[in-house]
Amino acid sequence: MILFNSIYNEIIKIALKPRSYLGLAAITVLVGVIQFALKADGMSIISFVTASFEQTLTFEGNVLNGNLVAFIILQMLLVQIPLLVALVTGDLVSGEAAMGTIRMLATKPISRVQLLLSKFIAGGIYTLIVILWMGVMSVIVGKLLFGTGDMMVLNSDGLVILQEADVNWRYLGGFAVAFLALFTVSSLSICLSCFTDNSIGPIVATMSVILLFTIIGTLDVRVFDPIKPYLFTTHMASWRSFFEDPLPVSDILRSCVVLVAHNVVLISISLYTFHRKDIQS
Amino acid sequence: MPEKIIEVRHLSKKFGSFQAIHDVSFSVYKGDVFGFLGPNGAGKSTSIRCLNSLITPDSGTVEIFGESISTHRESILGRIGSIIEKPDFYKYLSAYRNLEIFSRISGKPSTKQEIYKMLDFVGLGGRERDKFAGFSHGMKQRLGIAQTLLHNPDLIILDEPTTGLDPQGIIDIRNLILRLKNEQHKTVLLSSHNLAEIELICNRMVIINKGRSIVEGNVSDLMNGENLILRLEASPIQAAKNALLVWKPSLLWDNIGDTAVQFPIEKSEIPQLTKFLVDQNIEIYSLEAKRTLEDYFIKIVNQ
Repeated sequence: MILFNSIYNEIIKIALKPRSYLGLAAITVLVGVIQFALKADGMSIISFVTASFEQTLTFEGNVLNGNLVAFIILQMLLVQIPLLVALVTGDLVSGEAAMGTIRMLATKPISRVQLLLSKFIAGGIYTLIVILWMGVMSVIVGKLLFGTGDMMVLNSDGLVILQEADVNWRYLGGFAVAFLALFTVSSLSICLSCFTDNSIGPIVATMSVILLFTIIGTLDVRVFDPIKPYLFTTHMASWRSFFEDPLPVSDILRSCVVLVAHNVVLISISLYTFHRKDIQS
Repeated sequence: MPEKIIEVRHLSKKFGSFQAIHDVSFSVYKGDVFGFLGPNGAGKSTSIRCLNSLITPDSGTVEIFGESISTHRESILGRIGSIIEKPDFYKYLSAYRNLEIFSRISGKPSTKQEIYKMLDFVGLGGRERDKFAGFSHGMKQRLGIAQTLLHNPDLIILDEPTTGLDPQGIIDIRNLILRLKNEQHKTVLLSSHNLAEIELICNRMVIINKGRSIVEGNVSDLMNGENLILRLEASPIQAAKNALLVWKPSLLWDNIGDTAVQFPIEKSEIPQLTKFLVDQNIEIYSLEAKRTLEDYFIKIVNQ
């Protein structure tokens, strides 16, 4: 019961903190800007992409539809969203330490494990809300503005055309994997947050880790090859696999396993550290 | 013998190379207003943090309500209300919302009416919806007290609760503590660096200095026969100094400006000295007896 009360407390705190709405506001503005740009000059961008296929294929109908627009938006923004998530989750423990409220919480009859778990769960719920808002803005508003139609996806293997009826479940799966990836970012930032009493440090550190892992992942250097499959950043774009045909199930499952493993490790480290931590703030 | 509420034995804690507390021991009994006295940096807050399980001691034991805090943490904390150092709340939340949040995980969640009643009790009635960020220091302290009392704890731990308060605020807090003792029969552990405060409110105390507990006992017993520092302003001052040497040849004093001296004296000697100086035709402008914590410490340590 006390765990549920603590989760409720954490959700209330996130909901009433002005910073929590920065991410949602940023998504609204960024998606709005991209949608405006695509509405104004989207066809020229599409023509640039389809030009190389026009000798063999004929494109008819609403090519620049809501399904494609949402995909373009997600591809552009899902890299930036970790910052918006870390902005809130990185502050969940260290922000309380900086304010001194962690001292007040830790003198209450709730175990430290429950206290921290409630923060992880609340961080997860916030991450889910960010992802859902992203989905509403990109997919639903995208479809309202641009209409629907078959979806054209250009990936490393070439051009994939997905039937309109075949798209929605792919978005659902894609968002689920994207949530798992962002929850890993949330777990990382909360974990780092357990090591410091500084509010900004974990946010900067989280972004630094993402940047470092992304660089390692993209560097074509043999020495990093063995670790690349195990970096969570390698799997952050796995949501895109849902828009391949046929669906690379084993790749998606592998990504999910790596991301879940990261979460288990990060949450375990956090619980161990927080349980043993001397609260001196 | 009343029931033992807190029993601390040989508590030690080191932060890096800094020994914050060393071999601290004391006991608090049911119904005590127990003074935890020491200068700033003496180790009071570290000890109190150990009592609240915020800090794990390197060695020693803490038993509260007859159970070890390390093995019965949650059940013990459910019966304690505490303010440690200063009451810190969520700045962006209202007084009501802050209390609601802490109440929800206190083991005994309070109703809206109970929270409003408690805010009224500590003098914050009508400010329920005001944000904590806009509160004065005194109001923050009152909200801290409200948070401490809301779940009706058996043991109340207050770490320097009057620090930074105006005189009326200090009186209010003192009266509140006395009401908790007399009307609700609560056990209170009050940490302070102010000897006068401890003397006014507490029935028992421990003195802690440089991380060690020096002396523990009844306040009245410990303060009995204590040396004072007497500040004497008289004219002519040289004649007064000569008279002091006649009165007690071994007396050593400090000069305070050109017209006053101060020296240690037993409380019982003051009337005798006053009469002696008057008999010597010394004009006494002021006699001020001071008893500082530092002086008391020196006496205790020298013993």
